[in-house]
Amino acid sequence: MAAVVRYLLPPDGQNWSKLSEYKKNGGYAAAENAIKEMKPEDIGTAVKASGLRGRGGAGFAAGIKWSFLPNDGRRPRYIACNGDESEPGTYKDRQIIERNPHQLIEGLLIAARANTIDAAYVYLRGEYRVAFDNLRAAIAEAKEAGYLGKNILGSGLDFEIYVHRGAGAYICGEETGLMESLEGRKGQPRKRPPFPAVAGLWKQPTIINNIETMTQVPYVLRAGVDGYKSIGTEKSTGNTIFGVSGCVMKPGPYELPLGTPLKEIIFEHAGGLRPGRTLKAVIPGGVSMPVLTAETAMQVTMDHDTLQKNGTLLGTGAVIVMDDTVCLVRAALVIARFFRHESCGQCTQCREGTGWLHKLLQGIERGTGTLRDLDVIEDVTKYMEAHTICALSDAAAWGTGYFVRRFRPEFEAHIEHKGCPLAGTSFEV
Amino acid sequence: MGVLSEELKQRIAGEFPKYPEKRAVLLTALHFIQAEHEGWIPPGASKEVAELLEIHQIDVEEVISFYSLFHDEPVGKFHIQVCANLSCCLAGARPLIRTFEEKLDIRSGEVTDDGVFSIAEVECLGSCGTAPMLQVNNEPFLENLKPDDVPGILDKLRSRLAEGKR
Repeated sequence: MAAVVRYLLPPDGQNWSKLSEYKKNGGYAAAENAIKEMKPEDIGTAVKASGLRGRGGAGFAAGIKWSFLPNDGRRPRYIACNGDESEPGTYKDRQIIERNPHQLIEGLLIAARANTIDAAYVYLRGEYRVAFDNLRAAIAEAKEAGYLGKNILGSGLDFEIYVHRGAGAYICGEETGLMESLEGRKGQPRKRPPFPAVAGLWKQPTIINNIETMTQVPYVLRAGVDGYKSIGTEKSTGNTIFGVSGCVMKPGPYELPLGTPLKEIIFEHAGGLRPGRTLKAVIPGGVSMPVLTAETAMQVTMDHDTLQKNGTLLGTGAVIVMDDTVCLVRAALVIARFFRHESCGQCTQCREGTGWLHKLLQGIERGTGTLRDLDVIEDVTKYMEAHTICALSDAAAWGTGYFVRRFRPEFEAHIEHKGCPLAGTSFEV
Repeated sequence: MGVLSEELKQRIAGEFPKYPEKRAVLLTALHFIQAEHEGWIPPGASKEVAELLEIHQIDVEEVISFYSLFHDEPVGKFHIQVCANLSCCLAGARPLIRTFEEKLDIRSGEVTDDGVFSIAEVECLGSCGTAPMLQVNNEPFLENLKPDDVPGILDKLRSRLAEGKR
């Protein structure tokens, strides 16, 4: 393994939540330089040139997203920072806030300077108690030290960060669902246009980025554009935190360059499979993303282009590993149940489709399914894709549909066997 | 006599300056109320919150029903949420949940007769590398669990109750 530069999580399990600890390791130097020495537009230019892509799932270029903010003089302008982190398999943002919260604060401060932002709201999922307390303490310390508040570092910049607690709804990780929720409503996504850059929080210009994306920003300035681009691949730059879970010896968060082979992540970093087991399937980016067969999984590198060419997407980089003991009908059923529970109910295709997928898979798992059900699943997923206000419906269709498409013989065996042929070994649902 | 104490109303109002509209405080207000009322939102609270935030009662009630962390009927003093999503299931969430059900003689979704415990199967809590896991009320997560850990967890919670701490 090549030497990896790590800049998102402190090394050796260290915790840099205290301001003094973060500053000792070079923290806030990039923000101070950006505020005192750089023109705001040069910050945006650097972020754009670095190739930094969003780490929340869609992989949209952060610098380009920022450039959508209108120059129409409307104030206030906001950042909505997405820490709802509810994509099953994903626990990377939590690592950042629990161990390195000041780098997120520094990233938000730099983004505020670059984009003339008045306030940032970090929307944190309601269950993250430790992260919530840690981030609020870090913000208080940063404010005390003059990195937040009025006239920051004597520059005339006024900027505040508020932490907003969610209340248990996956859909609030969708950008406009998050904004509805932050404003005190049900988290039902908005129709676009208007896009958040033009009319986001309280109809004001708003940029929305994931916590990890904002935590990358100080390193873009620290390393410089060329330094940042030297990590990862040409079109997927920088490190990310791959959260590995499932059937591996050492599940955990691994900070590695984008473009790292999936095989290396599973078999070297995460310690490989349990003794005597073979690989069956891998979800590369959270349960919304199409599952890969073992054969494909062993060949791909974890960057946007390679995964797209191989029929899936990077998503949140949450790697869920399944070995030969795992019943994939059950795996698909758990995922279908999740999306049925989390559909916000606005769009018919999603509300009804997620219910259909769950019921059909439940029947197959219990041994009452028919071969025709597999065709109905195929049909339902087609109606669910690209027909709704937000992408939850697509995610549900991909997350379950590709199990059927790529492992159809296993589903057929379930139907013929009237239950799970692996019942003795597989996990229970 | 209202449901919300003056002190609680002050705390809710203390959040207003963070936002351009009072309504944005709704989720926070409901969290505050639950924390003070043994984990659920009592009848009458929605009307008082609506008045405080200058919105309609239905605006509050639809939010309570939409979010899984808000409860409009009693939960146990210790509300045990066990993740049952894929990574946790792969690591043995089902036997863990079953052990809780057996030890407490309730099903997931129910409250014990003495009102002390409730169990809920929940979707991913963001602790997939340390699965299976659970969360009691809004406390730090308990991670890397085995069915054998269940009696010890319940004993600890019972002794907290005996000491008068929820």
